[in-house]
Amino acid sequence: MAYQNIFTQVQLRGELEPGVPLGPNNDPRFGPFGTSWLMGKLGGAQFGPVYLGKLGLASLLTGFIAIEIMGLNMLASVNWDPIQFVRQFFWLALEPPPAKYGFTVGVPLNEGGWWIASGFFLTISILLWWGRTYVRARELGMGTHVAWAFASAIWLYLVLGFIRPMMMGSWAEAVPFGIFPHLDWTAAFSIRYGNLFYNPFHALSIAFLYGSVLLFAMHGATILAVGRYGGEREIEQITDRGTASERAALFWRWTMGWNATMESIHRWAWWFAVLTTLTGGIGILLTGTVVDNWFLWAVDHGFAREYPATGVVDPATLSGAPQ
Amino acid sequence: MNAPLMTSVRKLVAIALPALLLAGCEFGVKEQEQVGFRGTGLVQISDPDSKAKVGDIPAPPYELTAEMLAGDRAKTAYENVPVLGNVSVDEFNYLMQAMTTWVSPDGSNIKDAGCTYCHNPENMASDEKYTKVVARKMLLMTQNINANWKPHFGNQENAGVTCWTCHRGNPVPVNNWSAAIPSTGKLAGNKRGGNTPAQSVSYASLPYDPFSDYIAGNQKIRVGGKEFPTAASNASLQSTEKTYGLMMHMSTGLGVNCAFCHNSNNFAKWEDSRPQRVNAWYGIRMVRDVNNNYITALGDVWPVNGKGVYGNRRGPHGDPLKVNCATCHQGVSKPLGGYKMLKDYPALKGAAEVAAAPVVAATPAPAETAAIAQGRMGAEKPAA
Repeated sequence: MAYQNIFTQVQLRGELEPGVPLGPNNDPRFGPFGTSWLMGKLGGAQFGPVYLGKLGLASLLTGFIAIEIMGLNMLASVNWDPIQFVRQFFWLALEPPPAKYGFTVGVPLNEGGWWIASGFFLTISILLWWGRTYVRARELGMGTHVAWAFASAIWLYLVLGFIRPMMMGSWAEAVPFGIFPHLDWTAAFSIRYGNLFYNPFHALSIAFLYGSVLLFAMHGATILAVGRYGGEREIEQITDRGTASERAALFWRWTMGWNATMESIHRWAWWFAVLTTLTGGIGILLTGTVVDNWFLWAVDHGFAREYPATGVVDPATLSGAPQ
Repeated sequence: MNAPLMTSVRKLVAIALPALLLAGCEFGVKEQEQVGFRGTGLVQISDPDSKAKVGDIPAPPYELTAEMLAGDRAKTAYENVPVLGNVSVDEFNYLMQAMTTWVSPDGSNIKDAGCTYCHNPENMASDEKYTKVVARKMLLMTQNINANWKPHFGNQENAGVTCWTCHRGNPVPVNNWSAAIPSTGKLAGNKRGGNTPAQSVSYASLPYDPFSDYIAGNQKIRVGGKEFPTAASNASLQSTEKTYGLMMHMSTGLGVNCAFCHNSNNFAKWEDSRPQRVNAWYGIRMVRDVNNNYITALGDVWPVNGKGVYGNRRGPHGDPLKVNCATCHQGVSKPLGGYKMLKDYPALKGAAEVAAAPVVAATPAPAETAAIAQGRMGAEKPAA
């Protein structure tokens, strides 16, 4: 068969593939629905069958409620004007309760109660979706690596919106829902706690994030480069001379003296991705709870250099200065 | 579509798309100035094409000689001159002429331009025009700024303000602010004081009226420190965002970036900040003094919106138009490029109130950081 890639893919049309039969205690699947030429350009051409199930249905429902609460709050903030909703969308927010409410549940809806409600439904939705990734993987006899990688991202989400605000005793520490508002929150968070760049867990998280990108680029490029020898099929540990796998391995051994294996490269990538949010969550959780100024902490612990002071004196400490 | 046409359309898109993506960029070489210790990122970067222009500064009406200054006092020649009664008649007239040029210049399209903007020509002593009452208060304000807020000007001789510093030939300074819509407690139309593309905070979603709380009110701007953000403490992330909003105003108002005052490794730390931060600290308190004790203190002198002969002097919620950093600075770190206009107008210098004189902060000589700035990047000399 001729070499096929994303540009030369041959799309077959025939009877739709229903997938393997399901075991007991499963809900029925929807579909298959048909094929799409455009989808076939990017991946598999067939849509469905989709397994929704009870977890998926409940997850979609709670997720819909969460997004609906956010959207309606934002729409209300522009006086229910759909045009302004679109124009200002990137600025609009659903904000957590102000500091005066601490970490209590009885917050009036208009003063952040909607934020708590939205966050509650979003969390339920995400956890149900996690359950779905776990159960579906088990049903197919797979490992649960996807679910645990997802759990690492959920950890960071929960730290930002629930665990850390709980430990700080204030909902006001949590992230607002909204495009620019959550970015402004990020900048304010760093400045409030003495510059997050001096937080070693933040540094680790960035290292793993950039490392993930690098590994992704290396792996993706390697497989594409040996695609002409069928490398994208990744036939288990081909050790024959001249195969795609051997060429890929030799390329890295020649360029950096050592190579990952077809299996280990995926383990590397998985751990880098998982550690990005795992270490990030630890860094956020320690901020304000354990360390209130990361720069001063870093100087104290020999992690950052103390530069020569400019000698400026805080005028508020001078007697007689206006306050 | 035939093939050659298709190709040229593709080429056009390939050229136009990146060009559109770059449309928001400021092209051209940027100016850089190192303003602190090497490696700390204390660099001022500016685009020469978009820098605010200082503009022309009006010359004094005539030369003020020693004899003129020594002549008869104004209170002997004029009635109802409580603020300027003790300056000479010549200097009084000189200042009146200058003020006209600064605030309602003759020949401009301002209604009643010239002396009659404040005075009844039939009776110059009369206070019947509200603008005259305001002008008197503004004279007191100017004298107070020049006498009591010297630390804001780095305590330099003749550094200070005149009416021109803010007014620039306009009856109302171009850069002003008034209170934003307070939260109604309802959902509809409630932006929580932010989340709006507002010019005051450079189109971030930050709280767009940091002024009411920080430069009219005296809420705490500082947000760092060990205080836990409990219900009793104000130092929440939300107040941090409001402080951030004020800082964005200061940055655009002065045409500088954060590193003009702060060392970005730890914004809160004074010992690593630049001396300009001390000037700003006094400036914030000076503006509070101006807004509360001079502008708002005029109360009902300000006509109700729609009732004033010269147009509205209050914001949509009835509070008078007030002052922020941009009112004087107008995009320049030293208003008027640091030109010491005050030297020509001694009557505006005022006398310091002894009791209220603020203590002068120990600011290191700016010459040392200037030396760094002139030297090579990476020169070994520390900033101070």
